[in-house]
Amino acid sequence: MSALLSVRDLRVTFPSRQGVFEAVRGVSFDLGRERLGVVGESGSGKSMTGRAILGLVRPPGRVTAQALTLGGQDILNLPERERRKIRGRRIAMVMQDPKFSLNPVMRVGDQIVEAYRLHSGAGRAAARLKALEMLEAVRIRDPERVYQSYPHEVSGGMGQRIMIAMMLAAGPEILIADEPTSALDVSVRAEVLRIMDDLVRDRGMGLIFISHDLNLVAQFCDRVLIMYAGRIVETLAARDLHAARHPYTQGLLNSLPRLDAPVERLPVLERAEEWREGPLVDASMTEALPGGLR
Amino acid sequence: MSAPILSVADLRVWFGHPPDRVDAVRGVDLGVQRGESFGLVGESGSGKSTVLRAIAGLAPDWSGRVAVAGETLSGARRSPAFHRRVQMVFQDPYASLHPRHTVDRVLAETLTLQGMDDIDRRIVRLLDDVGLGRGFRFRYPHQLSGGQRQRVAIARALAGEPELLLLDEPTSALDVSVQAEILNLLTDLRADRGLTYLMVSHDLAVIGHLCQRLAVMQAGEIVDRLEVADLRAGRAQNAYTRHLIAASQYQRA
Repeated sequence: MSALLSVRDLRVTFPSRQGVFEAVRGVSFDLGRERLGVVGESGSGKSMTGRAILGLVRPPGRVTAQALTLGGQDILNLPERERRKIRGRRIAMVMQDPKFSLNPVMRVGDQIVEAYRLHSGAGRAAARLKALEMLEAVRIRDPERVYQSYPHEVSGGMGQRIMIAMMLAAGPEILIADEPTSALDVSVRAEVLRIMDDLVRDRGMGLIFISHDLNLVAQFCDRVLIMYAGRIVETLAARDLHAARHPYTQGLLNSLPRLDAPVERLPVLERAEEWREGPLVDASMTEALPGGLR
Repeated sequence: MSAPILSVADLRVWFGHPPDRVDAVRGVDLGVQRGESFGLVGESGSGKSTVLRAIAGLAPDWSGRVAVAGETLSGARRSPAFHRRVQMVFQDPYASLHPRHTVDRVLAETLTLQGMDDIDRRIVRLLDDVGLGRGFRFRYPHQLSGGQRQRVAIARALAGEPELLLLDEPTSALDVSVQAEILNLLTDLRADRGLTYLMVSHDLAVIGHLCQRLAVMQAGEIVDRLEVADLRAGRAQNAYTRHLIAASQYQRA
């Protein structure tokens, strides 16, 4: 079985006054039917990688790659019309904050219907049933009421579930979730994650889970890519994250305060210049898919 | 035990008028001893930040009794002595600095308002104290990273040589590596200057790192109080506290 999504030497560049700035510098990975975590600090290029896959990098930003294929088909060089058919229908994205992703002056249900009809061409009545079914799938107790409500009338956790419902209505093969739970409280977060987890498993989707939260990724994902300064510096099975070998990953883990291991002062990450260019730790990433391709 | 530097009794804070009145804080009692670091934990909407804002005079409608170092507070106006004694550091370093004022101007203005002399020398010292160095003095906020901005915000809070710092999620907008640097800075400053902290966070591990005691808030009330040592040892009794601890560790079903 081949990978759902294959990325080779992905680069995203922006012109700047100091010359060309490379936000993503040669990222390669394969995504199977798995939960793939992408971890890094702000500015490491993790969100830009997700946006580049979807074709959401605005000019003057430029995306290049040796290969960017979805199910064997090249999607990098498609005309914008064709690209739009993929976006939402085959690859969907959930962003960080539902407050900014939902239309504030449109009923939640109508937004799901609009998105679904656009992708499926279904009729109004069928789309309405689908919207209610999706709201139920993300465990919203009273889908009829939520269908009729406006975004400001729902909580953050509810908003994020609505976003997930909207994204999954079209039945995409890949879901890119960019910090989907960072704006949520811890107890709500656990529930949203569980919903995503079940949906990904039941539908056999590939999930790219972008996050800065190492512990969350270690517990939630199958495999993790660690990004630093636009490159992948390490890749490993999520359960082995705490045995990471790259000094950057180790540094990130050590800088977290822990309830079970109190320290007077936290170790501070000493950044080394060679991390920017050094070799990838564990190059098996592009061939083997541990935990993936079930 | 000595008299607490901060005592809060039956604090109630509300917003709006009936029928839309929201009771954000519903009868909170707190005592913070001089030199200690006290944590307030809770989910969003639990009222934890509102407690800080009411103390700082940023929430106009409140009742109850709040005293700082023996000075009883009322309304939303605060005396110059209060502003010298108590300062606040906000969550978002991107929003809490004036975008068109240089670091120098931010600090100079604060120092002037605090009635300090020798402003030039004090600015240099403040920057050194928060680990920025004088190279940052004439920069604008957009020329600083999130961590550097938070250091400026801390320098500004320290300008009047306060005794009590109100910290509202000071690291939650920062990367973990930068969070470690800021937490270390706060640890050092407290040791060097004998500061007292009242810190709000949703992150139990951060509170556990910096504080000795904490209170857990839910729906405007304190539902649990415990020592950090008990938190670490898993001796939390309260059901909601245990729920928070469990929820901070996602477990796959």
